[in-house]
Amino acid sequence: MTGISRITRAFESGKSPLLITCMVAGDPDYAGSVRIARVLARAGADMLEVVMPFSDPVADGPVIQEAGARALSAGMTTDRLFSLIREVREHSAIPLLIMTYANIVIQRGVDRFYQDAARAGADGVVVADVPVEEAGPFCDAAREAGVDPILFVSPDTSPERLDFIISQGKGFIYLVAARGVTGVREEVAPETLACLGNIKKRTKLPVVPGFGISTPEHIRAYTWAGADGVIVGSAIVGIVGEFREWPAEMDYALQKFVKELKTASGHPDLEEVFVQP
Amino acid sequence: MTSAARFGQYGGRFVPETLMGALEELDEAYRAIVPSEGFRKEMEYYLQEYAGRATPLTFCRNMSHDLCCRVYLKREDLLHSGAHKLNNALGQGLLARFMGKRRIIAETGAGQHGVAAAIAGAALGLSVEVYMGTDDMERQALNVARMQMLGAEVVPVSSGSRTLKDAINEALRDWVANVRDTHYLIGSVVGPHPFPSMVRDFQTVIGREIRQQIVEKEGRLPDAMVACVGGGSNAIGMFHPFLEDAVRLYGAEAGGEGLSGRHGATLCAGRPGVLHGSYTYLIQDAFGQILESHSISAGLDYPGVGPEHSFLRDEGRVIYRPVTDAEALDSFLYLSRTEGIIPALESAHAVALARVIAPDLGRDDILVINLSGRGDKDVAQVAARIEWCP
Repeated sequence: MTGISRITRAFESGKSPLLITCMVAGDPDYAGSVRIARVLARAGADMLEVVMPFSDPVADGPVIQEAGARALSAGMTTDRLFSLIREVREHSAIPLLIMTYANIVIQRGVDRFYQDAARAGADGVVVADVPVEEAGPFCDAAREAGVDPILFVSPDTSPERLDFIISQGKGFIYLVAARGVTGVREEVAPETLACLGNIKKRTKLPVVPGFGISTPEHIRAYTWAGADGVIVGSAIVGIVGEFREWPAEMDYALQKFVKELKTASGHPDLEEVFVQP
Repeated sequence: MTSAARFGQYGGRFVPETLMGALEELDEAYRAIVPSEGFRKEMEYYLQEYAGRATPLTFCRNMSHDLCCRVYLKREDLLHSGAHKLNNALGQGLLARFMGKRRIIAETGAGQHGVAAAIAGAALGLSVEVYMGTDDMERQALNVARMQMLGAEVVPVSSGSRTLKDAINEALRDWVANVRDTHYLIGSVVGPHPFPSMVRDFQTVIGREIRQQIVEKEGRLPDAMVACVGGGSNAIGMFHPFLEDAVRLYGAEAGGEGLSGRHGATLCAGRPGVLHGSYTYLIQDAFGQILESHSISAGLDYPGVGPEHSFLRDEGRVIYRPVTDAEALDSFLYLSRTEGIIPALESAHAVALARVIAPDLGRDDILVINLSGRGDKDVAQVAARIEWCP
């Protein structure tokens, strides 16, 4: 692949900060995921993070763990992940990220995983348990396939490692905004805001906090601190879980929630947010 | 990353970014504190005066006669707490105290490591929380009570398969959230670097003692040694001081119902992948989802294995063989009746494999079995499974 990635174009389009919404592939089932992706995109999400579940997700809190377990018991596999990405891509130009764990990538073959991701229409891959020291083969395969390898930093990351991560990552820097696992938090940690500013001084890559972000207030705080986007995960996956028996109500709740978040991140210019469920 | 973090291609540090700082800190502390004189003196005190080291190397007359070779048992069953786990729990607990961390978290399957961590916490003045699957809590109610009596808090884990693997997941999640004041006292030679090397170094006291004791008794090194392998800490502790010598090394894995059924024989029947922070052999499906393991012995019921064992398997330096539930049960009774020693079901796997390889040895050849723990904890379970002969 040549030229600028869909992810980079999205950040450069000036609609900053971007709202990145998360969903678990195959939760509550495959067909439901295809529909949810479409609902999130039409409600105004600027990017989709599609989680391929792993049996032992140590970076995730209870909401995403349970969603992953539901998806796996409903028959989600890596093969179906790529079909899902392909189906979503057929209907939408929205940038797509795959988020998963190392063993899922390794068992497919690292090169083959990134090739399949690119062919299906994914734009970036983020692997929860691969720090920069282990990321070499993953980043090489990503570059070869034309997919952005997205790496994490946390407020505890040392300055030396931060520079190394910045030099290896592409697309954006994923800032782990809460100490601990994914999941809804009450507060925004002041140290995360400070850390955000510090990273932005060191790189031109967009910096995007994730983990614990669930309310318009959180988004306003990060927008104020200069975030180029925000990732909202467990709060959305939680809605899917809560309404999994009632698809029409789920779609309505997702649209309403995404619209609220979107307003906070500074794009109130939405006409057709309420697509009829 | 430095090559010290790897055993061949195995090991490494596959963890969320949030843990990297803590692992670096632990690695530095481990390399600076453990070799220091202050630490070594304290450790020597706790191992000798408190835990009861050195443990005996017992020449077994009856078994030697029966198996037609010279059989010795390394008696980790006589260590305080009843198993080898305490060597590591005291080592890491002491290291945590030197690092100024006053809160310890641990995972446990059968409860042996949880009990060892609770003992170390009580002795060293550290607060201890032990993650344990709810299924295991039910199966091992006695050890839950022991941990609580020792002042530890047992935290039930009801996610996933509600066993050891999920207890490790939950302990890692706790650590990610509380890295600043908490040490994760992992119970085996698994997890991200430096845990596999550090736990091994705390357990090699087993092999170092064997070396000294066997030279005193026999004037030479053993011909063969056997240990059971779940995560593999008692085995690597026994094997490591002998890796450069002409000693045949055998690891007994949990064959469960047989390799075509449910089992825990990771090295015999698994494939390399990443779980709990390291690249190692795993029991998994074609897409990399981890499968549930099975063993009659909770301590071997784990779908992964220490990365150094993966390396030793590929190198051919250690031979790993599965031992079924039925064979382990048979050897549990065999050792009890032949020598008057009731072994832990885990250690009974090693006894079973020793009986398989003994015919390859000559009458004067020396065979050492690591009796990693005593069997009191398993008596009720075994009693329920066997038909008593009058």
